Amino acid sequence: MPAITLIVNGTERTAEAASGESLLSVLRNRLGLTGTKYGCGEGQCGACTVLVEGRATRSCLAPVESVAGEKIVTIEGLSQNGKLSTLQQAFLDEEAFQCAYCTSGMIMSAQGLLAGNAHPSDEQIVQRMNGNVCRCGTYPRIVAAIRRAASGAKKP
Amino acid sequence: MNELDAKELDMREAEQHEVEPLRHLFEVNRRELFKLLGAGLVVGVSARAGLAQESGRAQSEAIPQDLASWMHIAGDGKITVLTGKVEMGQNIRTSLAQQVAEELHSPMESISLIMGDTDLTPFDMGTFGSRSTPQMGTQLRNVAMQARETLLDLAARHWQAERTLLSAQNGFVVNSRSKQKISYGELTQGQNLVKVLEDPPLITATEWRIAGTPAPKVDGKAFVTGAHQYTSDITRPGMLYGKVLRPSAFNARLVSLDSKAAEQFAPANNVKVVHDGDFVGVAAADPESAEHALSELKAEWSAPPQISEVGLFDYLRKTPDTESRGFGGRAGRETGSVATAIASAAKTLSQTYTVAYIQHAPLEPRAAVAEWEGDKLTVWTGTQRPFGVRDELASAFHVPTKQVRVIVPDTGSAYGGKHTGECAVEAARLARASGKPVKLVWTREEEFTWAYFRPSGVIDIKSGIAADGTLVAWEMHNYNSGPSAIDTPYNVANKKAEFHPTQNPPLRQGSYRGLAATANHFARESHMDELAHLANLDPLQFRLKNLTDPRLRAAFETAAQRFGWGKQAAGPTRGFGIAGGFEKGGYLATCAEVAIDRSRGECRIVRVVQTFDCGAVVNPNGLRNQISGAIVQGIGGAMFEAIHFQNGRVTNPHFRDYRVPRFSDTPQIDVELIDRKDQPSMGAGETPLMGLAPAVANAIASATGIRLRSLPLMAKPLAAAGTKEGSGL
Repeated sequence: MPAITLIVNGTERTAEAASGESLLSVLRNRLGLTGTKYGCGEGQCGACTVLVEGRATRSCLAPVESVAGEKIVTIEGLSQNGKLSTLQQAFLDEEAFQCAYCTSGMIMSAQGLLAGNAHPSDEQIVQRMNGNVCRCGTYPRIVAAIRRAASGAKKP
Repeated sequence: MNELDAKELDMREAEQHEVEPLRHLFEVNRRELFKLLGAGLVVGVSARAGLAQESGRAQSEAIPQDLASWMHIAGDGKITVLTGKVEMGQNIRTSLAQQVAEELHSPMESISLIMGDTDLTPFDMGTFGSRSTPQMGTQLRNVAMQARETLLDLAARHWQAERTLLSAQNGFVVNSRSKQKISYGELTQGQNLVKVLEDPPLITATEWRIAGTPAPKVDGKAFVTGAHQYTSDITRPGMLYGKVLRPSAFNARLVSLDSKAAEQFAPANNVKVVHDGDFVGVAAADPESAEHALSELKAEWSAPPQISEVGLFDYLRKTPDTESRGFGGRAGRETGSVATAIASAAKTLSQTYTVAYIQHAPLEPRAAVAEWEGDKLTVWTGTQRPFGVRDELASAFHVPTKQVRVIVPDTGSAYGGKHTGECAVEAARLARASGKPVKLVWTREEEFTWAYFRPSGVIDIKSGIAADGTLVAWEMHNYNSGPSAIDTPYNVANKKAEFHPTQNPPLRQGSYRGLAATANHFARESHMDELAHLANLDPLQFRLKNLTDPRLRAAFETAAQRFGWGKQAAGPTRGFGIAGGFEKGGYLATCAEVAIDRSRGECRIVRVVQTFDCGAVVNPNGLRNQISGAIVQGIGGAMFEAIHFQNGRVTNPHFRDYRVPRFSDTPQIDVELIDRKDQPSMGAGETPLMGLAPAVANAIASATGIRLRSLPLMAKPLAAAGTKEGSGL
């Protein structure tokens, strides 16, 4: 099986991967980074969201070859030296989860949103996050967490 | 109206699995527990008492006296609570710990729970039925209280002091006279003590200081960092990845299998092909190889013709299961005489309501990691019934249950959909054949197809009112859906409720959060609204006129007040609806505001206000989260969720064509808790779901005059959906 080198959370990682294998599968099953989740395999639920060059990307639909050489950030790469990121802390403060299976994907999608728009309106939050499903129905708290993180950000 | 009435009618609805006679022993090996957790104090329950309490049934079989260990207090003060309940997002890992912390007078940080491990935790029937808070909570409070008393005894002996001078505070025993204090850990150090539970009084809710507070979710940090390992994240040394070949349709038999190509692919790629009767699967060193091997299998299946969606409701109504009890149902009793009352009623109404099949669609699909060590099997899997799945495994592989261990990691939700152990059995089968641990994660399509569904149903209601709006007659029949909450909480002298199970329903049916109470509340509360209009009374006033139960009245009045019921009149593009009820110890009322787009026939839920009374609240933050979440989940079943099927196949087993509630579907949600500290703490996992669908249906009717009587309400755009008289189908 061919080897592929990826840049994940600031580090070069090499793994075997089948041709066309999804980034999600490589992250979870080859690199042991299980923080990114499988929910549907069809890009419909957002549980697999990672950042590729800062863009929220559904890793279940990204063939691993297509992201070689690009900077990939997963949920594991968000906290620095054990310190939670602003968004992670906001999710904790709002307790914006129940079973928390969607949480990694929610945080990564929100990270992508805030990176491009530091002070989104509620409508913009809903629109950009609408690809992420929470079956436990915790949407209002997730919006509150994103708002909370955004309000903590320095104004440009 | 209380749970006792339901029992008298023998309408208690069974859960998905067959409730087996309790043959289980407490296979507690105390020596192993001390080895695992260290020396200290163990508090246990005698087997007989524990079983009777958890099952709610009398057990005539003689059970050897053995001890189930429920709590361990170590020399370093670490308190470990052992419970067979499992964490699926309902946050009982936190709320049960709060109940223990309260009775034990010990800080939350000192307490950790081992949950859902059949080797370590006492037997539990399963996590369902909104029972964790009232039953397990009470059990653990008893255990904690007993531990506290034991610690006081130990301290009295240790200090040679009078017991009455001693009190337990914050993890220490304190002598009020000498001011000495000693930690719980110091008291138990180096000893292997066992205390058997007696019958102690518990701390009343008005005195709570830890229970009753919004304690943050235990281990929350692990979830926001992706560190928590769900079943699908677990790896074991030498582990293979499994895939199962699925039949062409339900009830299909394998006619032939050509596995030559797969076998050829196998050796170079570390693949094992397994064929055992109708079970066909592969295990491989990586998921891609497993996927490839699976695709090389050529199977021929034979499936009988099966009923499709068209004609479903007719089939449900006309094919009664007269032989067995069906899904827990039995004929209901009649109070008074419905026929006479209908004949003399000023006005009568007769309507039919239907609900579609829906699926739980838990975001973490079924998953299992199975590992054999000789004849001992360990399976990690996200199930609501670890002991039930243990039995399934023992039975499937013809090994004694004590050789099977099931461990349930905190799981990515279930909503009643993970009672059964299909995935665990499949993974174990592949592991057995390959001689290595196997991880099997179902695809979303498999989860939508090969699990089970909330039953579809047809509900007929016939009713009569007097000229002044008093309810005089009420007759309700539920076909296939179930008997939960089939009895009305309203006052009516002449009433009858009956559940009719269907023979051979077209899809595999099972428990779904709330069971049939959602369907029965939808039908009843829609019908009550229709009666209110018939009586020319405001829907709230009509309900209150026919209701004496004070807790349900309070729920309605509080919700209405907070919502501003009656302050605004409905218009063609804006409607308001109210609904409420009672189930499993919880009282709720829901008000909904909808906005109607007449040109597109679309309905948007703008605002929901819901009150909930489940007795003394253990964790108000967790409870609000569950209630709000249930409302959002309820929107799915109310508005657009439906499983479509044709001749033994589910035709929409994907999120792209099974619509679930998203951010954009979420209204403004306002939850008001009615905290009754004078009442026992009841569960809240299910009942908050029940008011949403009828409140919305009633709101739509108030704006448009269109009465929709089928869930999902928005199966078609409004203009096409129905007339004032017609049903939603």
